[in-house]
Amino acid sequence: MTPIVSATELIEKRSVIVCVGAGGVGKTTTAAALALEAAQRGRRAIVVTIDPARRLSDALGLEGDSAVSDEPRRIAVDAPGEMWAAMLDASKTFDALIRTYARSEEQATNILTNRFYQNITHSMGGAHEYMAMEKLYELHNDDRFDLVIVDTPPTTNAVEFLEAPDRITTFFDHRLYKILVTPTGGLARAVNFAAQGVVRTVSKIVGASVVDDVIEFFASFDGMEDGFRARAVAVRELLTAEDTAFALVTVPRRDTLDGAIDFVDHLAEANIAIDLLVVNRVHPRFTQRPPDVLHQELGRLAATAFEGAATALSESVAIADAQHHDLASLTGSLGQTAVVTVPYFDTDVHDLAGLRRITAWLGDSAGDH
Amino acid sequence: MDSASFFAASRVIIVAGKGGVGKSTMSAALARAAAKAGLSTLLVRLTAGGAFGTLFGQPAPGTAETTLHAGGGPSGDADVRTCLITPNEALDDYLKDHGLGRITRRLTSTGTIEVVTAAAPGIRDLLVLGRVKALESSRAADLIVVDAPAAGHAVPFLQSPTGLRDAVGNGPIATQATGVLEMLADPARCRVLLVTLAEETPVNEVIETAFAIEDEIGVRLAPTIVNGLITQPSAFPADHAAAEFDISPELLSELRAANAFRSAWANSQHEQLNRLIQQLPLALIGVPQLPTTDLGPQELELLAQAITDGITELPDDTP
Repeated sequence: MTPIVSATELIEKRSVIVCVGAGGVGKTTTAAALALEAAQRGRRAIVVTIDPARRLSDALGLEGDSAVSDEPRRIAVDAPGEMWAAMLDASKTFDALIRTYARSEEQATNILTNRFYQNITHSMGGAHEYMAMEKLYELHNDDRFDLVIVDTPPTTNAVEFLEAPDRITTFFDHRLYKILVTPTGGLARAVNFAAQGVVRTVSKIVGASVVDDVIEFFASFDGMEDGFRARAVAVRELLTAEDTAFALVTVPRRDTLDGAIDFVDHLAEANIAIDLLVVNRVHPRFTQRPPDVLHQELGRLAATAFEGAATALSESVAIADAQHHDLASLTGSLGQTAVVTVPYFDTDVHDLAGLRRITAWLGDSAGDH
Repeated sequence: MDSASFFAASRVIIVAGKGGVGKSTMSAALARAAAKAGLSTLLVRLTAGGAFGTLFGQPAPGTAETTLHAGGGPSGDADVRTCLITPNEALDDYLKDHGLGRITRRLTSTGTIEVVTAAAPGIRDLLVLGRVKALESSRAADLIVVDAPAAGHAVPFLQSPTGLRDAVGNGPIATQATGVLEMLADPARCRVLLVTLAEETPVNEVIETAFAIEDEIGVRLAPTIVNGLITQPSAFPADHAAAEFDISPELLSELRAANAFRSAWANSQHEQLNRLIQQLPLALIGVPQLPTTDLGPQELELLAQAITDGITELPDDTP
């Protein structure tokens, strides 16, 4: 089993941190906070975010205009290291990949203008996840940075991003494609005849023009699949490398925690352990008193001027204890993971000062939860 | 407005909201509130799992339709039932219904299904909506509450029929899309209800989503549920009051800290609520934050009652 390391140690030593978790748990903000802390510890860190909330992206110097935003931008921070940020533009990343592996300008253009291709990059399950991993690979090999922190899309299927490289490769490699692009003649003609049946069927479902786009796409793609496959293997290797850390971001809500436990199990099946758990929005408890003692103390404050405050305190304790209890089921399934809990703030984080409120808690991570 | 008329205003309510706002819990509470108003309700889940079993004090529901809350008795409650519609099953069923069941396995094993769904994005979403429409047409219940996909998927989910109708031309999918669009466009058949929190990002997102849904999809929006509201505690008493009640200095500082935290939180919620009221021309239903994370039948009743109360406070002409 890997030795327990603290959050700050991960930030100082690893070269990739992948932030995973459900939507709405503060994943993007956490990723940005990790990058800021890394810069404070002398690293040249870049955070790749996906669809950040507007004010955070403004603070990070990432405008909503996707024409420029996928280029890394240096953020002015008062730190010994550097903090950079980039926003993931899945379509542009996919386009760049096509250009890399196309044998000619013409082949690239044919693919990029194909309607089916455009559909894939926008909406195919796993395309966004794969592109996040692809961007990670690209930046990992960029000498400007020694730490890449990547935010992952909020997926319903927790391990979609892990499976995405394989899935995309299989997609471009599958039998229908082979059948469709096999030149006609001899035995191939017989195979093609069978393919026609499939094509007819598909045409019935989605219409003939859609099928034409598909056929044209696969014909254009011919010869590029080896390059794609090799790249997917390289991306997969980077994800499972020793130097890559996984940070699971969550909130202490029971359903989110249940999802997080599923996530941990799925990653474990892929031999990936969570190195860091960040729990955002933890309710403060305000007192060390056990609930029963508190209950007695507060009971006599009913119908006094302190009643409201007594309710605020007893409810805070009830919520904090329930969160603590729910969290134990997740930490219990984690093994040796650094745990950082970040208290609930009454305002959203949308600037560097806000991020610093979070980084202040990173040093408190306990390996021995 | 009385809750029976509110719930009877459309036969389908699609509940949408970003992850973490309590969308599924609110779907359950809405279903329960509708049943309390006497409408038999079918809660449609689109993903397996979830906490509906726990919420209703029942075993976790599976694929088959099950009863979450049996109605009848002196209270006049109606049933809450639940069923699961998954995108993959919807596609399988669709292929079977169109005489393609025989080759479904072949389509799947050759990867053709994946190509089809990539070629016609949203086809699974459309087929799910098609199943909801079938339930609506067959009057499967007085009210169908759909716990819509989370994250940023609500808008693409609802846009799927428009996109497909335009992309595929003629054929069964286009027919399906047209049928679903008719349902979405008819406020007597279908409304979308958004759930949010009184926090900055959820408020921004719900405003964006509401306009996208109205402008791009044209489905009627029901009042928005603002979940997790806390009440503003009263002002903290002056120091000398502590002596009167014999409160130790430590307890006093703990009380003060908890009160201040609550107060700041409530103020921030208030500010966000005001922003929501100014920017979103929809009625709001506030639902309180419960002091527990352990939501069971008792908590569900509280939430359903809060929704019923919120509806009662709405003016009679609320859309």
